[in-house]
Amino acid sequence: MKVYIFKRLATIIPMSLLVVSVTWGLIRIAPGNFYLSEKKLPAAIKENIKKKYGLESSLVEQYLMMLGNMTCRFSDSDDSEGAGLKIAIRSRTLRCFDFGYSLKYEGQSVNEILSRHLPYSAVIGLLAFLIALVGGVSLGAVAATRKDSRVARYLMSLSMIGISVPTFVLAPVLVLAFSFGLYWLPPARWGGMEHLVLPVLSLSAVYLAYIARLTRTGLIEVLKSDYVRTARATGLSEARVVVGHALKAGILPVVSFSGPAIAGLLAGSVVSERIFAIPGLGNIFVQSVLNRDEPLTLGIVAFVSILILVCNLVVDVVYALIDPRIRFGER
Amino acid sequence: MSSKTNTNGTEASGLTPRYGIWSRFKRNRPAVFGSWILAIVIVLSAIGPAVFGWLTGISSDYIPSSVENGALVRSFPPSLTHPMGTDDLGRDLFLRVFEGGRISILVGIFASVISLLIGVAYGATAGFFGGRIDGVMMRIVDMLFAIPYLLIVVVMMSLFGGNNAPDAVKQVTEAFVFLTNALMSLAGASPISTSSGLFQIFFLFVALGSVSWLTMARIVRGQVLSLKNEEFILAARSIGVSTFGIVFRHLIPNISGPVIVYATLTIPSVMLAEAFLSFLGLGVQAPYSSWGSLAADGIKNIAVYPWQLVFPGLVMGMTLVALNLIGDGLRDAFDPKSSKS
Repeated sequence: MKVYIFKRLATIIPMSLLVVSVTWGLIRIAPGNFYLSEKKLPAAIKENIKKKYGLESSLVEQYLMMLGNMTCRFSDSDDSEGAGLKIAIRSRTLRCFDFGYSLKYEGQSVNEILSRHLPYSAVIGLLAFLIALVGGVSLGAVAATRKDSRVARYLMSLSMIGISVPTFVLAPVLVLAFSFGLYWLPPARWGGMEHLVLPVLSLSAVYLAYIARLTRTGLIEVLKSDYVRTARATGLSEARVVVGHALKAGILPVVSFSGPAIAGLLAGSVVSERIFAIPGLGNIFVQSVLNRDEPLTLGIVAFVSILILVCNLVVDVVYALIDPRIRFGER
Repeated sequence: MSSKTNTNGTEASGLTPRYGIWSRFKRNRPAVFGSWILAIVIVLSAIGPAVFGWLTGISSDYIPSSVENGALVRSFPPSLTHPMGTDDLGRDLFLRVFEGGRISILVGIFASVISLLIGVAYGATAGFFGGRIDGVMMRIVDMLFAIPYLLIVVVMMSLFGGNNAPDAVKQVTEAFVFLTNALMSLAGASPISTSSGLFQIFFLFVALGSVSWLTMARIVRGQVLSLKNEEFILAARSIGVSTFGIVFRHLIPNISGPVIVYATLTIPSVMLAEAFLSFLGLGVQAPYSSWGSLAADGIKNIAVYPWQLVFPGLVMGMTLVALNLIGDGLRDAFDPKSSKS
């Protein structure tokens, strides 16, 4: 198991570098560049800009430099410039995860921007995931244990609507109802707990509905199995059979869905952030691509892909912990 | 995911397999309901605007306005003349929603077809050749699965949108415009012209199609793996059918069940992704509209003119529910064991 986790951790580095490389390639292939503007730049200024950002060296050199900054490189002088991790080794410094400086937000390093805007997205994304997981599993379990009841039918129809209505339709409708109609909750911005309710609810709805469906299907299958019948035969109450025995196997599909769900929540938070005017990472990302702010785009892509890869690893480990049939090493 | 799906689904009654699928689908009431909804939306999108214009004399650039308390008002709430109200500029929303529906549905279908072609070709190749080729090809798919594809699509759309579209996309767009105009001149309608908005839409097909083929490739590969050692393939091989012939004449027709089911379920997810991009301003752009871009426009006026969001959102939500119901119904019909409880 330890070996397996170590192997997977080792693959995360080349894979996120692959994602970064693809993004870098796309940015470089695309017509136009960040210093292209309506006003024509004097040639001298253009040269200076190119020199400052290392754009006059060859494409291969630029690519390698970008990769070096993203991962680790030695710098001879102990210059205070640059962000990221700094490890002093004798007279040289090892600099890691230095994503460089934003081209649009003057004087701000990508690392600063990341650490400033990440907490908002993280709070919303994590809360939404927790609500989707807890709510989805419990609703799905209810629907599975009473699978022919009216409640179950309503729940399933509701979940079908849930997976079909996009966040950016649900969110404004919730705002309309709870902010402009009932005056219960604030319609936008960041503040206390009450500001979190609507963004988190609208973001989690789709995933909650999907998890509920997965749980129901998985649980119905498990409830028919022999070991559940044995558990019932020992005289356990139905609730204990479901929660204590069946659910563990029944939520396996939910566990494997969690990886993509976390990725989707991270991307989907863009919508929530836009509608609720929250200064999160998603909005910054979209703006950075439109601004052709290459270091910022690459920094966010690198960060998010590492995050998603780690989440996928955690998901796989949890899957193996729940399902004893899975053994690592024989993939 | 069931690895072995009985695509033939033969029943003891001696009916043809296709009839069995169809009769099971017909007995599935939610799926039939979904089919009706989808049919209505498609008909309304296809001929709704023309019929509506013919009945009421309102065209999509008709701008009603009135002066109330000294202020010019252009956004009217739903009424008999404007069943869904009007938008910011006074354009009838019923027309806009169903003209946008054409583009939303077309994006869903074309992007799904592209993902279908890539996925089937890739999965069939990997499954058929097996061994090391299969290992490498599927490891690549595993890797691509871990990539946050929405990020990549956002990057693709913002860098290659509109006039920045790759030349191949532009040429396809021009060919499409040429063909459409040939048809239009036969019908006596006014011709359309290529524009950055049209390039954008065609690039949208490519961008969404090129990121949504992964699951299809996995499904097809699994099916091919389980089928390729069956006796009818052996028989075909023994009478000297070429590899190409075996894959395209014998394997692919036999895996059509799961492929059709998954392709049906790809359409709503692609439409959601299109709406997401249009919401960010990276998808369909003016003068064209889609449900996503209409909803994005509506959000700006949510407090004052709620109908501008509610109607595009409602029609889109209904269509997606319908597509999901049909997809589930098809899955149950092709594979009665899968989720029947």
